[in-house]
Amino acid sequence: MTEIITLSRARRGQEGRIHAVEAIEDNPADALELERRLLEFGLVEGARVTLIHEGPVGGDPVVLDVEGMRIALRRHEVRGLSLALTGTDAAE
Amino acid sequence: MSDTAITVALVGNPNSGKTALFNALTGSRQKVANYAGVTVERKAGAIKAPDGTPMTVLDLPGTYSLRARSPDEVITRDVVLGRRPEDVPDALVVVADATNLRLVLRLALEIKAVGLPAVMALNMYDIAERQGLRIDLEGLSQSLGMPVVTTVATRKRGLDDLLVAVQGVLASTAARPSTWHEPDVAEIRAAHREASRILSAHVRPPERPDTLTGKIDGVLLHPVAGLLILLALLFVMFQAVFSWAAPGMDAIDLGLGTLGGWVAGIMPDGLLQSLIVDGLIAGVGSVLVFLPQILVLFLFILLLEDFGYMARAAFLMDRIMGGAGLHGRAFIPLLSSFACAIPGVMSARVIDSKRDRLTTIMVAPLMTCSARIPVYTLIIAAFIPRETVWGWVELQGLVMFGLYAAGILSALVVSFVIRKIFWRGAFEPFMMELPAYKMPDPGSVALNLWQRARIFLERAGRIILPLMVVVWALSTFPGPPPGATGPAIDYSFAGMIGRALEPIFAPIGFNWQMVVALVPGMAAREVAVAALGTVYAVADAESAVGTLAGVLSLQWSLATGLAFLAWYVFAPQCVATLGVVKRETNSWKWMWVMVVYMFALAYLAAFVVYRLAVAFGLG
Repeated sequence: MTEIITLSRARRGQEGRIHAVEAIEDNPADALELERRLLEFGLVEGARVTLIHEGPVGGDPVVLDVEGMRIALRRHEVRGLSLALTGTDAAE
Repeated sequence: MSDTAITVALVGNPNSGKTALFNALTGSRQKVANYAGVTVERKAGAIKAPDGTPMTVLDLPGTYSLRARSPDEVITRDVVLGRRPEDVPDALVVVADATNLRLVLRLALEIKAVGLPAVMALNMYDIAERQGLRIDLEGLSQSLGMPVVTTVATRKRGLDDLLVAVQGVLASTAARPSTWHEPDVAEIRAAHREASRILSAHVRPPERPDTLTGKIDGVLLHPVAGLLILLALLFVMFQAVFSWAAPGMDAIDLGLGTLGGWVAGIMPDGLLQSLIVDGLIAGVGSVLVFLPQILVLFLFILLLEDFGYMARAAFLMDRIMGGAGLHGRAFIPLLSSFACAIPGVMSARVIDSKRDRLTTIMVAPLMTCSARIPVYTLIIAAFIPRETVWGWVELQGLVMFGLYAAGILSALVVSFVIRKIFWRGAFEPFMMELPAYKMPDPGSVALNLWQRARIFLERAGRIILPLMVVVWALSTFPGPPPGATGPAIDYSFAGMIGRALEPIFAPIGFNWQMVVALVPGMAAREVAVAALGTVYAVADAESAVGTLAGVLSLQWSLATGLAFLAWYVFAPQCVATLGVVKRETNSWKWMWVMVVYMFALAYLAAFVVYRLAVAFGLG
């Protein structure tokens, strides 16, 4: 069974496919802008994503491997994205 | 630009080697200027196609989408859509990193909707071949509906093919009216699906993917080792800025001193001689002397940027700087400001969000620039005893450290306040791509270094020269009456301003001589040392710091000395910086905000320091 987690809570080494993309911001215009930017960086439904690095303070920001590209972003920017985990890390 | 030449614009993702391709195409025949009304660099170069046809090549700022999100990207969009009358392209070249095609394919689909003849340049094709990446060029070209040419910009390979292909599409296809509009989220998703389809149809994944970047990142982005390496790099950079640049600075000082002496020798004494020697030569010198430091600083920044490290540094620093409301990328401009705020303010362009950039510019002059060092050295020598405290710490060094710390701390506090008051809850995403590591190309680093140096000299020179003349005039006119006993500056406008302002500065312990020295000190901070020398009639104060320090320690109380130090931590005593801030923000308003807040902080700090010192019996 696939476990689905919020991308912003993922730990280093966890990988999976993007399950759903939604941007969460207080202001609806900001949310729409954020969603577009996430999509433009290739964070679309079905994209293979691995969390490869965590920042030195509080594990934030993070570096995601998105289909072979390295994207650095802050955790709160991806709190609306869910990740369908693959591999052994899913049991964590 | 001639109207007959064909204009070709290069468009592509950041880090696609677009600028390298531009440099390879144009060499040294490129012109760097600003787009009118904005602080976005316009890079253009006149070249000839293999058959001799003249062409103009434009290097547009890198972007992931025509949906512009920063001032740089607005320029890219407007030029591509033909909305900037100075640059209407006839054809577009979509520059793609051959090893990283996914995002640029989506951009290429957007470009297609613009309707201009277009060619895709698969750049860094040698790396793709080394990785064993198989790209079906014919199929890719058919799917995209544009010719695809492979290039290796750093080796100047494929350039003629590219230009021939551009001429080919220009001859075979006419521009169609643009059907481009800002894609909504559904259209972006659809474009991604299309890009994925093209990718899986025509590109076979690499047999030997780049594992080096991952390995280097394992060290450089390590939570502990990564930060330590960053700190070590900063330490080396600092050392280099101050030690490598010293011989150059001494040489410039000596050269201009000699030139001044020579001019003074061959010209009759008088106003014109004074204007040229004390105004122009000294004024140019006060800017030029920072050039060696700026060159060393930019050499480091360019090497690290080209290597791919800068985005990593921003990643490591983001949370640390974020506590103060600054973007991770603000780190480089603030670092540069330790040498001089002018390159610091200029390099804030790396921050694409407007608010983060503005905050960075506003706090950059609080970092202790090297022009403050002569002032700090003088006052410390005059008032801080050569003692050791706690057994091993040198008191003078400790005060110097404290002044640096005060600058950094105040920059963090001010940016925090700006964030909380002005841009409460504002939305500024951090998101950026970390490029693959690459060996910097010496030629392109040298070219960029030369461009940075020229821009610095032009900007600073254009501002400082007229200003030095004004400051010179203020300190020279009117001349002293016959039989005057004091130094000439006492009788000048600067002297009058000093005396008039004295009541305002009395509460912070400044006497009128100090206020007089502040007037020429507006030109550049270190000029205040020479000006204090003038008002206290110490000849050649810059080389006779000991003598001047001795005079000051007799004339000022310790409280006054400390208040003067506090003033110099904050005061915007450098009109060249203010001029650059005006240019970079394209607004008088933000320049005045800076002037007011920095003077207010300076006055407040000097007041508190003076009053406390007096209360402790140091007055």
